[in-house]
Amino acid sequence: MTSTLKGVTLKGSAELVADFFSFGINSILYQRGIYPPETFTKASHYDMSLHITTDAKLKNYLTNVVSQLKEWLFECTVQKLVLVITCLETNEVLERWQFDIECDKSAKESSAPREKSLKTIQDEIRSVIRQITATVTFLPLLETPCAFDLLVYTDKDLVVPEKWEESGPQIIDQSEEVRLRSFTTSIHKVDSMVAYKRTNSV
Amino acid sequence: MASSARNSNFAERRGKASRSFKRGVHVFTRRRSWFVNKMAQFGFENDIHSILKLDMPITNAPMARWQRKASSSSTSAGLSGLSPGNSTNVSLSSSKTPTRTPGKGKKTPSKMGGDRFIPIRNNKQMDVANFLLTKENEPVDATNTVSAESQKVWSVTLNGYNIEDAKILHLGGKPLNAPEGYQNNLKVLYSQVTTPASLKKTRYISPTPERILDAPDLRNDFYLNLLDWSSQNVLAVALHNSVYLWNATQGDILLLMKLENEEDYICSLSWTKEGSYLAVGTSDCKVQLWDVENQKRLRSMASHTARVGSLSWNDHILSSGSRSGHIHHHDVRVANHHIATLAGHSQEVCGLRWSPDGRYLASGGNDNLVCLWPRVQEGSSGGRFGRLIRSWSEHQGAVKALAWCPWQTNILASGGGTSDRHIRIWNVNTGSCISSLDTQSQISSLVFAPNYNELVSAHGYAHNNVVIWKYPSLTKVAELNGHESRVLNLILSPDNSTVATVAGDETIRLWKSFEMDPAKKKAKERVVQSAGGVIRNSIR
Repeated sequence: MTSTLKGVTLKGSAELVADFFSFGINSILYQRGIYPPETFTKASHYDMSLHITTDAKLKNYLTNVVSQLKEWLFECTVQKLVLVITCLETNEVLERWQFDIECDKSAKESSAPREKSLKTIQDEIRSVIRQITATVTFLPLLETPCAFDLLVYTDKDLVVPEKWEESGPQIIDQSEEVRLRSFTTSIHKVDSMVAYKRTNSV
Repeated sequence: MASSARNSNFAERRGKASRSFKRGVHVFTRRRSWFVNKMAQFGFENDIHSILKLDMPITNAPMARWQRKASSSSTSAGLSGLSPGNSTNVSLSSSKTPTRTPGKGKKTPSKMGGDRFIPIRNNKQMDVANFLLTKENEPVDATNTVSAESQKVWSVTLNGYNIEDAKILHLGGKPLNAPEGYQNNLKVLYSQVTTPASLKKTRYISPTPERILDAPDLRNDFYLNLLDWSSQNVLAVALHNSVYLWNATQGDILLLMKLENEEDYICSLSWTKEGSYLAVGTSDCKVQLWDVENQKRLRSMASHTARVGSLSWNDHILSSGSRSGHIHHHDVRVANHHIATLAGHSQEVCGLRWSPDGRYLASGGNDNLVCLWPRVQEGSSGGRFGRLIRSWSEHQGAVKALAWCPWQTNILASGGGTSDRHIRIWNVNTGSCISSLDTQSQISSLVFAPNYNELVSAHGYAHNNVVIWKYPSLTKVAELNGHESRVLNLILSPDNSTVATVAGDETIRLWKSFEMDPAKKKAKERVVQSAGGVIRNSIR
């Protein structure tokens, strides 16, 4: 999607951030080996080639989450998105990718588009996704089969849509945290960080 | 009795005192009036004893310590007669200094009465009491907010977020798992990989040509392709209406052919892959085929209506482009050689190149178009007119420079003429322009140099030079200057080490810029073979 307007509107910003999450989650699932690499195909976005899944059920699940996220982003009611990777057998949380979202609520009132070029936003998003790929070099190997879950931190008074349930934060005990780059669309600001279980070997 | 002796002394003094009563010594007389006085000489002693409240006065023994203390406090109390606070201080100090001899310490009789108890108040206790008193008056504030703050912090620490502000949701339903038995094989990342031998870092590109050949009578026409280098290391050049062959290994020159008609001239040259046959395009619309070994003309193929300015071989198919804009495919084995016509250009076809794998034909014309054609389908009924795959119109000038990348499939480079000056890299599968570079000069020829993964461009107006670019970054590696007029053609030697250029200044210059020493060359070949395994194990 390319906006022909000069600026970024709230709706456009919500779409940009939702797209980023969609590609970012796919990239993480591919890079960390949660799903077999054969089930991923390449797509071109942000001027780079990214991996997205072809598995129908997973695609469906992700589409549901991302579309709901987009709504919430538009209403500025979402605060964080967390991707939790747990060991399949022991249900222990091994990795936690946290994306903090700050929304400029004043954009809800005024509908004037903000001045930020799409190219700059795409460049920032590209560097974040590149960083996610690069984290493979220092994150500990996930040796056991893993499952993932997506948690969304929303405002307390939000109406919970059907099929969504409340959950705990799934924090890792004894974690190492690494902050990654952030990007901003001038309406939404997204900070990224990854926390992983500290391994015994130093 | 000693005491009586003493008392008598006292009595005498008393007497004196009483005698000096009139002088105004009040103390003694007042004391006197207070106490019951049985014997004058014991008066003082009686005084003391009455204060002390002893049952029996111990006559001349020194006073017991407690007596001393009690008396000293009372005397000091009597002494100062000031406020209780001060008196305590005084008593403290005085009690700290024990009096040794009771007699000496008790010169001055006490003022106060004996039945008053004055407590010793420790200074420290006073301070403590003061503190406690004042503390109770402090307002009990800030405890509420402090606890709220700490509560919030605790909540965030324990829960990961402030419970008051947010709640966590996740999409219900079973979280999706990878198929059974799938184990990610990222471990492969850390396995040993044979490192490819590093290429020579220091490479010298000579700014002067290795050799200059004279090319008199060369036609200075931008649209012609008058230079080609065979795989047998023979350089063919067309000078007006003659074709000369220069054997690069031995250095001897051979005149291959000369057109009969003086007005006609040679427009294009192209060697077959094996280097035994040379195709010659002429201004009289014919394509001639020459056997070089026997120096015999094999065929003269007529099908065009205008001069044949470009030629390209694809095994036994010879493609020729003419000023009419048409491209003809010739099957040189059969009598009826003209098997297909490609009508894609509206002006002269000056650039024509088959890809190394023979799947695509790229053509560039004076109409600024770059056209892509498929391989010839022989024997098919619809083969008379070729089908265009795609055409690109991004260039703003005539496209004579076309080159296929030998090490990357489906990469085509094209260069534009004076009004365009851009090199464009295309992916012919997707049809997208991968990159574009402004070279500031008319581009007449492009060649990929595989030894160092470079792209070489020949320029006319205005720089008249040859530029070597790193591929795919398109950063300038070197410039080869020397030609005094626009460079018309550029061709790579069969061993990939030298490029030959011909220019309007009627010279052919040979630039040995891509030399590799044999050891590194062998290493490179080894790398190419092992690259397959490396790619499989690389980071995704």
